[in-house]
Formats: sequence, structure tokens, C-alpha cells
Amino acid sequence: MINYLVSLIIVTAIYALFSLGLNLQWGLTGLINFGHVASMTLGAYTTVLLSARAVPLPVAVLCGALLAALLGVLIGFFTLRLREDYLSIVTIGVSEVIRLVALNEEWLTRGAFGVQNFPLPLAQFRPTLFSRLVMIGIFTLIAIWAMGQVVRWLQQRYQKLNGAIDGTLILVALLGLGGLWVYWIAVTSLYRFNDNPARNGLMLIAVILTAIAFWMLERLAYSPWGRVLKAIREDEEVAKALGKDVFWYKQQSLMLGNAIAAIAGSLLAWQLTSVYPSTFEPLTTFYAWIIVVLGGAGNNAGTILGAVILWAYFEITRFLPNLIQALHGAMPFIPPTIDPAREGAVRLMFIGLLLMLLMMLRPQGILGKKEELTLGR
Amino acid sequence: MVDERPESTRTQAEPMEFSAAGSRSLSLLAARGLVKRFGSLLAVDRATIEVAQGSITGLIGPNGAGKTTLFNLLSNFLRPDAGEVLFDGRPIHRLDPHQVAHQGLVRTFQVARVLSRLSVLENMLLATQQQTGEKFWNVWLRAGQITREERAERDRAMDILHSVGLAEKAHDYAGCLSGGQRKLLEMGRALMTNPKLILLDEPAAGVNPTLINQICDRILHWNQAGMTFLIIEHNMDVVMSLCDRVWVLAEGRNLAVGKPQEIQTNPQVLEAYLGK
Repeated sequence: MINYLVSLIIVTAIYALFSLGLNLQWGLTGLINFGHVASMTLGAYTTVLLSARAVPLPVAVLCGALLAALLGVLIGFFTLRLREDYLSIVTIGVSEVIRLVALNEEWLTRGAFGVQNFPLPLAQFRPTLFSRLVMIGIFTLIAIWAMGQVVRWLQQRYQKLNGAIDGTLILVALLGLGGLWVYWIAVTSLYRFNDNPARNGLMLIAVILTAIAFWMLERLAYSPWGRVLKAIREDEEVAKALGKDVFWYKQQSLMLGNAIAAIAGSLLAWQLTSVYPSTFEPLTTFYAWIIVVLGGAGNNAGTILGAVILWAYFEITRFLPNLIQALHGAMPFIPPTIDPAREGAVRLMFIGLLLMLLMMLRPQGILGKKEELTLGR
Repeated sequence: MVDERPESTRTQAEPMEFSAAGSRSLSLLAARGLVKRFGSLLAVDRATIEVAQGSITGLIGPNGAGKTTLFNLLSNFLRPDAGEVLFDGRPIHRLDPHQVAHQGLVRTFQVARVLSRLSVLENMLLATQQQTGEKFWNVWLRAGQITREERAERDRAMDILHSVGLAEKAHDYAGCLSGGQRKLLEMGRALMTNPKLILLDEPAAGVNPTLINQICDRILHWNQAGMTFLIIEHNMDVVMSLCDRVWVLAEGRNLAVGKPQEIQTNPQVLEAYLGK
């Protein structure tokens, strides 16, 4: 059970990181990137192929990030001067091209057989009690900082509502409590680090990287640099008239967002311990879009919240068929569950339904600001 | 890019009389022989315009005369097919729009464009040129300097907002402003860039009379403080009360230039506006 929960923390952190990259590009800069998974593919393959050839892991991850940034420059160079919808078409095309190259260039990627047996970070690490306590300490600092953010947000929200309580407030408060539970699981598994060093180590790495990315992006979003990106999102002609090099800022946004997605790709490769081209289908891009829209475009905290909600949903519904089956056994008037083959499709269908409901009831996303939707151009 | 939407019909000027004589002083902006074609349409045909340092220069002409196209050429939002633009003695027609702004030439738009989901104050702060914090690495390496600059710029922005009467709205979304307030914000934002010349595209269009007076008052106030303006305007009262010198454009060509009173009584100008 605890191993399973640790895996869940890792996957959530990976998708949060991945979506933070998209949120920078779309939520902040207004660039419609429908091929975000391309960077993840590059990150994953570069990391495992280089590290399998004895390149140190951090260097391999960095190479993946640089390659993805370079891809951003290339795509941007050819499309950013055109109208914005061209970018979305080109990016989705490029992401498929990269996946098909990975599928067909068997000399490099072993095609559909996938790459296995590559080094994992911290797999050989056998920490002493002291090192484990240090790791728990680092994790605790991140947890305290995160909880501080949640509590501050709750306070502000509570004041804004003049002491009333609404659904969002309850949801965030519940997630905050859930965070405490997650913290307890993480600390337990870090204490028993040596039971499964690769898994527990990856959890620590993924959480630290996501926290760093969040902190960096928040700082950037409220800097003059971020203000230029937001101006481009609102009206790039105005940004131009005020002396901002719009093309170059869009390039920077693409590069940084792609590099972040590539690092998420490296983490995903380590999490899966094997890399197949089929992991990187366009659906993965749209998970990131669901996450960003769910949380509220342009909102980094919302993006992380979106990732938590999406994966919580996926994992909770995983047990639902078994539960219904068990209930059917006990109480025959409850209909038996659908067969497992269709169960995945049904879960996705419900995601669609949930998104539609969200768009009807709360079009700005969970943490988005409603006022922003009512503004005219 | 081309903003040549049909303009609503307005009451036109009284009869005018042409006179080429006008006060000559040092030109801040000088454009000669500008040509712009859109397919077979010759939008601007060998147009010339000069803006004297410290002046308020008007640019008028009937609908579709090519005024906004000329503005786009001057600010390099469009590239001219022929001709040259000298700003402060340097050619600028090969630069990108953002580089033109760096030179100290800033424009506003015919339909005021504000950044809706940024606050009024953020709209202003964006306009400051050469900010340390606009470079990615400086966000990490020069945090202290950025904080100091932001504080100083915030004060400067609030001063300008006070002077255009938007200080109380500083923390509202710019998208909440009315049409006239947006025009004022755009002008304030242009001023925030510390320019040498501001191009105003119809500052009084679609604005209620009280606010028009306020806008005119501000333009005169800033002009007295040394700012140079080039203004496209259809409201003749505004042109007559503000401008030192008026250029008339018709069918993409120069028709007349002179003092407002002279232009008002110029038979050619009258003909262009009302037909023979």
C-alpha cells in the first residue's frame, strides 16, 4: 500500500511539473502549445539513452532539457511570426513526428520494444539514519512552506468572502488536510528508505524539483519579465508599441516551458523504469491541458492543485469497478460492473463530463479569478 | 494589422484656404516620399510629413485618406514600400516596432488598447523602457536593483495616473475602464515610456465631451512641459484648439499644410472633404 501511495505522489509531482511548463507558455504568455509532450519525449529518451552510455544522470537530464529548449527555439523561429493558431498546429505535428521517430529509429530507441535497464537515481544509495533524517528534514521544510501557502491562501479567501465559506474554500482545506496525510506517508517511506531506494529517492527528487519549479515560476510571474509575458498574452501589439521584443519573449517562454517539460520526462522515465513511444501520445499533452484548465489558467498553485485532483480521480476510480463488483456479490440488485477493458474509457468519459460541468459552473478554473472573465478587450 | 475600418461620419470642418507658409523649426520627425501598397490599392502615395520639436502637429483628412496607414508606417507597424523616415536625425524605417519605441517614438491606437487582465498600474509599469527586471537572468541576479526600480517607477506611474485622474483605479483591472478612461490610460502609458514624440490616433474619438476637454487639457499640459505630439483627429474643435500646424492627407497624398486657421479656409481641403 505505501509503495503504491509513494508512486502516486511521484506521478502527481511529475504531471504537476509537466503542466507548470504548459502554464508558463499558455497561462502566462498565451502560446497555444498542443505538442507539449514532445519535450517530455525528448527529455525521457535523452536521459535514458545517455545515462545507459555512462553519462552521469544530472548531465543527461540537463542535455534533455537543453534539447527540448532548442526544439522550442526551432518551432518558435518558424511559427511565432505567423498567426497564433499556426503554433498550435505545428506543435501537435512536431510532437507526433518525434514520437514516430522514436518508434521507427530502432537503432537508437529500440522502437516499440522500448528502452529498459537504464540507471535510476539513488538506486545504489543506502543512507544512514542521519542521512535519512536530513532527507526527512528537507521534505519537512518543503511541506511547511507548502502548507504555509495553503493556509495563507485560505486566510485571504476567508477575508475576501467576509467570513463566509464556499466550495473552493472547503476543497482547498480538505486538500490541505490530505497534504498532511501525504506528508506522513512520505516521511514514513523516507525513514524506511532502504526498503526501496530507487522509488523513495525518486519521490524526494520529484517533489524537490516541482517545488523549485513552482518557486521559480511564481517569482518570474510577478517580476517585470513576467509582466511582459502577460502583456503579450493580452495584446502583443501593445507590447510591441511599448518597446518589448515580443518575438524574443515568446521564444524565452517556449524554451523555459519546454525545458521544464523535459525534466518531467526524465522523471517519468525513472518512474516507469522503461520508456516506450506509446507513452508519449498526444493524450499526454491534453492531460496537461486538463490540469491547467482545471486549476485556472495562469495560476501556478492552481496547476499543482489540478494535477492532484486529476490523479486522485484516476486512482480513486481505479478501485471503483472492484467495489461495485463486491457490492453486486453482496447485494444482487446492484448491477455488476462494466468489464475492465471498457473501464479505462469510462473513466476518461467522466473526466470529459467533469470538465464540461466545470466550464459551465466555474469557467475560470478552481483557483482562477472570475472577474477576469467578464472583462472586455 | 491595417486598421482602416470605416469611420463614422462626423460633422466636417468649415471652408479652408490653402497656404504653404508655416512656421519652420527643427524637425523631430521627418518622413519623405512614403509609399505603401496593399495589392493594387495605393494607400499612401509619396506622402511627406514633418513634426517640429515641441509642437502639436495635426494630421487630418477624409475617411480612407491613409492617415492610420501613415501612422503605422511612422511607427513601423507596417514597412513602407518606398520612402524614408528620419527621427531625431536618424533613419528608423528599417527598425522593428519595438526598436522604434526605444528611440523615443511611441504610439497609441485608434481604438484604445489596454491590457485587460492587468491592473491599471501594471499597464503603466509595463511601459517603462530598459527595465532591469525584464531580462530573465536579472530576475535572479539583480533582485535588489529590480525592487528599487519598481518602487521608483511605481511612484512615477502614480504621479501620471493622478494627473490623468485614474489614480483611484490604479489597482482595478484595466478591462474595467470606460472608453474615454482607456484613452487616458493609453496616453499615460505612452508618457511612461519617457518618449520624445507621442503619436495619438484619434484621442477624442468615441469619448464624451467632458472627457474630451480633460484629454485636450492633458495634451496641452504635457506639451507645455516639452512633449511633442502628432495627432490624427476628426473632431475639428480639438484640432483647432490644440494644433500648431496641420497636415492634410487625401487619397494617400499630401493635400495641404499650414496653420489651423489657414487649413480651415483652404478651398482644396474643403473640396476633398465635401466633394466638388
